[in-house]
Amino acid sequence: MYEPWFVDNKPENDKGFEGAVAYAVATKLGYSDSQVTWVRAHFDAVISPAPKNFDFDINEFSITADRAKVVDFSSGYYDVTQAVVTVKGSKIAGAKSIADLKDAKLGAQIGTTSLSAINDQIKPSQQPAVFQTNDAAVQALQNGQIDGIVTDLPTAFYMSSAQVKNGVLVGQLTQPAGQTPEQFGLLLEQGSPITSCVSAAVDALRADGTLAALATKWLAQAGAPVLK
Amino acid sequence: MTGGGAVDPEPAAHSGEAAGPSATADAAGAPLAPTDPGAPPPPRDDDWTPSPIQVERLAYRRARTRRSVLIAAASSIVLIAVIVVGLISTPGWARFRETFFDLNYGWQVLPDVAKGFWLNIRLMVVCELVILALSMLIALARTLRGPVFFPLRALAAGYTDLFRGLPLILVLLILGFGMPSLRIAWLPSSALFWGCVALILTYSAYVAEVLRAGIESVHPSQRAAARSLGLSHGQTMRHVVVPQAVRRVLPPLLNDLVSLQKDTGLISILGVIYDAVLQAQIFTASTFNYTSYVVAGLLFVLLTIPMTRLTDWVSRRQGWTGAGSHL
Repeated sequence: MYEPWFVDNKPENDKGFEGAVAYAVATKLGYSDSQVTWVRAHFDAVISPAPKNFDFDINEFSITADRAKVVDFSSGYYDVTQAVVTVKGSKIAGAKSIADLKDAKLGAQIGTTSLSAINDQIKPSQQPAVFQTNDAAVQALQNGQIDGIVTDLPTAFYMSSAQVKNGVLVGQLTQPAGQTPEQFGLLLEQGSPITSCVSAAVDALRADGTLAALATKWLAQAGAPVLK
Repeated sequence: MTGGGAVDPEPAAHSGEAAGPSATADAAGAPLAPTDPGAPPPPRDDDWTPSPIQVERLAYRRARTRRSVLIAAASSIVLIAVIVVGLISTPGWARFRETFFDLNYGWQVLPDVAKGFWLNIRLMVVCELVILALSMLIALARTLRGPVFFPLRALAAGYTDLFRGLPLILVLLILGFGMPSLRIAWLPSSALFWGCVALILTYSAYVAEVLRAGIESVHPSQRAAARSLGLSHGQTMRHVVVPQAVRRVLPPLLNDLVSLQKDTGLISILGVIYDAVLQAQIFTASTFNYTSYVVAGLLFVLLTIPMTRLTDWVSRRQGWTGAGSHL
């Protein structure tokens, strides 16, 4: 429930990219805004095979083949790019390439593809720090316990501009060539009867430009330097 | 299952025969008739052969034992079968097995989880040594007599009140993120260090109370006797009170040790410690497969069971188990 995905930690205010996407999907499926009910679910509850207390979950879940064995995903509603955040004066504040990040102590939130990006793309000499929440990672960054945080680009924009004092957005990582681009998808219970309807709604929103418009409205799209 | 269900067939029926030669070897305790003074002296042991009735009795007991074992085995098998069939026939069984008991996946994550578990073990040993020393000091401070020691007693009581009351997870967060944010140059900022400190502070409060209970359970006459023999307060505690106190509280001490072993995993909320639980969580979070949690759980149980048996064995060997508690 972080900005810029949700605003003020209140998904029901129809603000923030994911809040807005959820309402747009509901509208496409033929529900009015007042018929949408939000429930908060813990990460471990969302990913278990147990019955869910929601129809679909929207919370920056990246689609992977392993995960799709346990839950259903809709089509992707956002193409993810990973980015690196640090503070002024840190040893990676002036990094221009992935090689400059090799000796840094990097951190990421658990269960994110950002963590895989550190291990698979940056391959730092020190084991990355793994945090339960992005808030804990920000705290550790400000304490100097880690040199940088890897997270998705919109979150990185928000962190470096609003959350981290003297925050610096170092740059973004490009997708390794030959890999399917990473996407966030809506998460549903496996075998949910509405997966195909939800996917169709997401596809329609992408086709009619709604997703792009919402992204422009809520997610900072200013370019970040690409770390080669 | 040692034939507890075997019962003598109508013991009273044998009492008339008891005056015969078989009576000397009958250990079953069937009531004996008064010995006939005119009867020949009992034959020597090596000449003894069981009477037909004793043979029948032994055969009967063996049959009852066999029957008990068979019934117990059958009922156990039926119970296990009911549980297994009940589980397998649930509608989500296939998914459940894939998500929680995926053998291949479990085998694949085992090396990393085991590596994390090794960190748990080292953490536990280091913390436990400091905790035992610190908590003993606290317990001794709390049991000091005399008005002059009031500040020490108050300090010890205040410490236990505070750290027994604070949830461990809050102590971890406050120390792990709070102390480094003070940016004191000579203090380590490592999350591992502060995680250990948090565990030590919290667990010392628990263990100190266990030790205090042990010390106070030693009868005052022991102390009085030691002092009247000329031992100082320190010598009395060292040679008389503490040795008795510690062996009395050994089981609860082990409780705290096992509990500490599991709580070493909590340090991972500070983010930098790759222990077994965090390793398992990383796997689960990336693949949504819970098998890695089951693997980590098994490792913890596998460590705890031998530890408990070892402590029991040591206590028995030392003759500390007054009530003779066994498995």
